[in-house]
Amino acid sequence: MIASAFEYHKPDTVDGVVSLLSKWGDDARVIAGGHSLIPVMKQRMTDISHLIDLGGIAELKGISIDGDKINIGAMTTQHELIASEALAKAAPLIREASLQIADPQVRYLGTIGGNVANGDPANDMPGLMQTLDATYYLTGPEGSREVKARDFYEAAYFTAREDEEILTAISFAKPSGGFAYEKQKRKIGDYATAAAGVMITIEGGKCTAASVALTNLSDTPVYCAAAVDALVGSSLDDAAIKTAVKAAVDASDPVADTRGPVDFKKHVAGVIVKKAITSAVARA
Amino acid sequence: MGKTHLKMTVNGKEVELLTEPRQLLIHVLREDLNLTGAHIGCESSHCGACTVDMNGMSIKSCTVFAAQAQDSEITTIEGLGSPDGLHVLQEMFKEHHGLQCGYCTPGMITRAYRLLQENSNPTEEEVRFGISGNLCRCTGYQNIVKAILAAAAKMNEVKESA
Repeated sequence: MIASAFEYHKPDTVDGVVSLLSKWGDDARVIAGGHSLIPVMKQRMTDISHLIDLGGIAELKGISIDGDKINIGAMTTQHELIASEALAKAAPLIREASLQIADPQVRYLGTIGGNVANGDPANDMPGLMQTLDATYYLTGPEGSREVKARDFYEAAYFTAREDEEILTAISFAKPSGGFAYEKQKRKIGDYATAAAGVMITIEGGKCTAASVALTNLSDTPVYCAAAVDALVGSSLDDAAIKTAVKAAVDASDPVADTRGPVDFKKHVAGVIVKKAITSAVARA
Repeated sequence: MGKTHLKMTVNGKEVELLTEPRQLLIHVLREDLNLTGAHIGCESSHCGACTVDMNGMSIKSCTVFAAQAQDSEITTIEGLGSPDGLHVLQEMFKEHHGLQCGYCTPGMITRAYRLLQENSNPTEEEVRFGISGNLCRCTGYQNIVKAILAAAAKMNEVKESA
């Protein structure tokens, strides 16, 4: 399986990428780790005349932790996210989720930027970033702008990113409280049948803050505001958790595929969300 | 959309060749450089038979374009050992019967090599998780895991006595 011919570009600045994207428009695509893009190019499901490799841009790499703010460059790989002890200390949820993505070889090359920007509803990082209420930084011909992860996803493979923009970085506040990323998959390397990210803060026996988001249970990641409402203010008793799980399942909208029919996926979603909430509460 | 001048260091030797940017690294290795150790299995980044070491990372060479390998440092199974001087991982795969048909073996050993570089004393669980990107349809993995653990122990012995 060989991709159609393309012209290869490897600029060393973000501005260089943006000017190439402006010049070639729809005929150009950026490539990060390539583990979503190369397979579809090999199957000739996409036609790209100009491939712009982001691998040579130093400013897109790295993790910085500045007080309460964590900033991750788009070209940081999942392997680097897992290997960073500083990140594991500041936001252990990232390592927990990253270890559940694909397999070791894919994680050496797969990047956080590619994972969130591609818009594939099966990817884990978008739901995780909605759990963390992360901000995405985009740069295009008009300059840079910020979009919240919770506002970024419009439909499968459609996002708030314009064709001539690239995602350069992600930032989020250092999380506190309990956390969990739970994923049900058929085997290592598979996408989720259902996955959920949860964060819970408990003060004085009551839940004072929470976050719940779902992966691969709709054509976008799903932030579950109603589930959060059911948890916040409660003492996280069985009734509150049950209401939250039901709200999350109601917010899901999976489609039948090789991972199972809709009813099964909703059932798994309920199991996974409950597991994630219970685990986050235990760690809070 | 002409050819591109590709330069890499493969198994310690500098190589230069002309290829198309879209050519896959596995084809460059097998067809241009005659290094047929790394195999083409699924050709869709699932099976790990094409695993080689690139810049200190285990990668699936069916999912890397030649152009992305520019200036890279590659180690294939041919660079780890030879019939006259087997790598300790190869010896242990032989001793513990860690292969049957052998198709997955070059990828499996190349992956195990990087795993042990990063974690010289892995638990059984860490070995299993570490080779989870490599599929074997013969062995049931049991003897592969044994072989890798035995190789780790041997490598640590050598280190201690050094």
